[in-house]
Amino acid sequence: MALDSKIPAGPLAEKWTKHKFNIKLVNPANKRKYDVIVVGTGLAGASAAASLAELGYNVKSFCYQDSPRRAHSIAAQGGINAAKNYPNDGDSIFRLFYDTIKGGDYRSREANVYRLAEVSNNIIDQCVAQGVPFAREYGGLLDNRSFGGAQVSRTFYARGQTGQQLLLGAYSALSRQIAKGKVELFPRTEMLDVVIIEGKARGIVVRDLVTGKISSHSAHAVLLATGGYGNVFYLSTNAMGANATAAWRAHKKGAYFANPCFTQIHPTCIPVSGDHQSKLTLMSESLRNDGRIWVPKKAMPGLTAKEAVSIPEEERDYYLERRYPAFGNLVPRDVASRNAKMVCDEGRGVGATGQAVFLDFADAIKRLGEDVIRDKYGNLFDMYRQIQGDNPYEVPMMIYPAVHYTMGGLWVDYNLMTTIDGLYALGECNFSDHGANRLGASALMQGLADGYFVIPYTIGDYLAGMAYDKVPTDHEAFRQAEDEVKEKINKLLRVNGDKTVDEFHKELGKVMWDYVGMARNEEGLKIAKEKIREIRESFWQNVKVLGDNEEMNLSLEKAGRVADFLELAELMVDDARDRKESCGGHFREESQTEEGEAKRIDDQYSYVAAWKYQGEGREEALEKETLEFENVKLTQRSYK
Amino acid sequence: MNLTLHIWRQKNSTDKGGFKAYEVSNISPDMSFLEMIDVLNEELTHKGEDPVHFDHDCREGICGTCSMVINGRPHGPKQAITTCQLHMRSFNDGDDITIEPWRAKAFPVVKDLIVDRSAFDRIIQAGGYVSINTGGAPDANEIPIPKRIADEAMDAAACIGCGACVAACKNASAMLFTSAKISQLALLPQGNTERHSRVEKMIWQMEEEGFGACTNTGACEAECPKEISLVHIARVHREYMAAKVSSHNV
Ligand SMILES: Cc1cc2nc3c(=O)[nH]c(=O)nc-3n(C[C@H](O)[C@H](O)[C@H](O)COP(=O)(O)OP(=O)(O)OC[C@H]3O[C@@H](n4cnc5c(N)ncnc54)[C@H](O)[C@@H]3O)c2cc1C
Ligand code: FES
Repeated sequence: MALDSKIPAGPLAEKWTKHKFNIKLVNPANKRKYDVIVVGTGLAGASAAASLAELGYNVKSFCYQDSPRRAHSIAAQGGINAAKNYPNDGDSIFRLFYDTIKGGDYRSREANVYRLAEVSNNIIDQCVAQGVPFAREYGGLLDNRSFGGAQVSRTFYARGQTGQQLLLGAYSALSRQIAKGKVELFPRTEMLDVVIIEGKARGIVVRDLVTGKISSHSAHAVLLATGGYGNVFYLSTNAMGANATAAWRAHKKGAYFANPCFTQIHPTCIPVSGDHQSKLTLMSESLRNDGRIWVPKKAMPGLTAKEAVSIPEEERDYYLERRYPAFGNLVPRDVASRNAKMVCDEGRGVGATGQAVFLDFADAIKRLGEDVIRDKYGNLFDMYRQIQGDNPYEVPMMIYPAVHYTMGGLWVDYNLMTTIDGLYALGECNFSDHGANRLGASALMQGLADGYFVIPYTIGDYLAGMAYDKVPTDHEAFRQAEDEVKEKINKLLRVNGDKTVDEFHKELGKVMWDYVGMARNEEGLKIAKEKIREIRESFWQNVKVLGDNEEMNLSLEKAGRVADFLELAELMVDDARDRKESCGGHFREESQTEEGEAKRIDDQYSYVAAWKYQGEGREEALEKETLEFENVKLTQRSYK
Repeated sequence: MNLTLHIWRQKNSTDKGGFKAYEVSNISPDMSFLEMIDVLNEELTHKGEDPVHFDHDCREGICGTCSMVINGRPHGPKQAITTCQLHMRSFNDGDDITIEPWRAKAFPVVKDLIVDRSAFDRIIQAGGYVSINTGGAPDANEIPIPKRIADEAMDAAACIGCGACVAACKNASAMLFTSAKISQLALLPQGNTERHSRVEKMIWQMEEEGFGACTNTGACEAECPKEISLVHIARVHREYMAAKVSSHNV
């Protein structure tokens, strides 16, 4: 199958408007004849479910948490971008588009990114109308800040809880539709398969996480808004339950998986403290506005934050300021992360593990006073103190990069449809807009763009061509999918080995971090592939999952998710091996400039790598969607 | 450190349930409380015993999923944090720690430490929103909102819906949770049109779910991990009176 991205013809700035005009509409009276399943209640899922129900479609909404309000989007801290140009500092739709394309290291589609920038302004209007309490200035207008090294102030925020407030806004819209009976909600319900009939997605198979009951839901279209797969690394900033299961099982049913190796490693997280570590906590990027990052010039193993205070200036290496005088501590995430790894690999890392660098506020406190710093970062400093036990007003913070976001995901066309007809992917779950590196404050923007302003239009084009008939859930295809799901669960329960699910997950995470993390090379990737296969084999022979299916069973839930991670991990390795260039978050050691910076190879790798599942135990097939750039000139990123 | 845990075990909603004691050893003070339970669960799994079921997700104090009563206090001994933000350095070697689920009629136990909080969702569904559809919103800066008002609305909106307020209250009242949302929307011009019907519907739903009456003891505020203030309850009392006088709803 040749991949058709369905990008509309015409000038960039007119594509979306023209497309909205050209696509088919479903008559208002007929919308209620169509059922739509939305899996996921994060920003993408909740906004989509609410908006589609408002239009008149019958929506069923699913999440694994006990309430839609707890989706992982809730944890986003820093903010959401939009091209409002309220501060009058030169922002525009084109600039937001350009920054996002460039930030993504030219590995995303121009048309998609332009549309994202275009609808960004509507998102802010919509959220404010819902009552989202964004930060304001004394004059009562919305406040903006510059975020993640952007040259303009285009980030809207609600204290350090922007994701929470945006999600609660979408959740309130969703709740309103639930009350109206237009959305039926299924919390604590996990989707375990998608059902395809005559080439079209017609429903899903789910497990009730309280009773264990396996059942089916039928619809005219299925939307996946199930988030990212960062937890394949075991340790990440993602919520504990974040998983790849929905996307992966759709992939095995025919949805192509795009750019799986594109993962974002965030530079400012609290370092790992020991083997017991279950997740990593992000310290907002905004800290780099005032904090200075350093390690000692000469290795000083075990150096603590308290001891650091007395290290004289001339023995410190502020390595980002030294290497990137123009951007200093504000270089993009991938550059900051890679440099932290480099200095730690040289043995100059600090703290008990040597896997940490200092983020020091002493100068900022001297310059601005403790009160100003408290005002700006008080909650982050408290959080740090709570977790680490150190007081960052007195000693430097210790930070280290951690897995944060996955740019890769299900391949979708301009309409957000996967390679399976009627199956859509929204939010972090798709691959669409961030290329090889996502800019800060743009994931929230993308999730809400997809849900509020893209899918409500594009789904109509598909449904308008569908008959109203519903497929009953006793249809053979549903039966068969349910049987497969049950068999997989029974298989997990039957193994009864001697290693816990978490032990396997940790083992996988370590391999991924060591070989498929911040720097990758051919030899390491080969080793990773072998090791992943070994772990996967061992998993199916030795995993210990207690209890039954017919009850709440957290280890069974987790086992299913880890089983999927073990397969996805191998595809990430294959993808990283295929892409022999460095770009964005994907750093191939073989492809660097003389100064050790990432080197893209545009004439060979300007494509989206879309992988097609070929069956159990077989190598996946690669299809390439060539990226065309008509409106931007490709340049090598430089932050010197 | 070595600790003795007394944990509420209950197989499902119909099981009677009871406390069971577990010893855990070599606990590092750097571990979070939930990581300590992870250690216990790994041991139990190896021994072939059902691990302790508990709710958690973000593990950074924002999703509102974690919910344990630790030594009689929702989210444990420390002020203004959730269970997942509690670290073992707040305990001493040799401590006995009691761990229970939220206890409230409106929050039935699902399994062990997990309760059903869907009543909270239904309170929001009763009116915790501004009735606007997607699209057609005016420019975001068209309605200026004084910073003081926006900040106060944000204070209320910071609620994470964990339910600690209910667990802390001797009447198991959901007044702090319900008022936080009503107060946020009452403060903002966007919420003004529906303010009377909203307060009536949400309070009605709260009572319908079986939460107790608010007698202003303030235990909810003291245990709230986000320090949501009683001021919001006071505002809701005023909103409710005003609504009763002026509307014909409910
Ligand atoms: C700590 C942190 C801070 C961040 N800060 C920012 C920021 O400041 N700005 C920014 O733009 N981005 C930020 N991000 C990224 C951003 O939060 C996410 O990319 C975004 O919220 C993802 O939204 P989503 O709707 O795609 O998915 P999610 O919010 O992850 O939602 C996934 C949904 O799918 C459901 N689900 C998953 N699998 C299944 C299944 N099998 N069956 C049923 N349901 C399922 C879940 O229950 C959930 O409802 C941050 C991320 C993290 C981790
Ligand atoms: S797990 Fe999210 S608040 Fe504790």
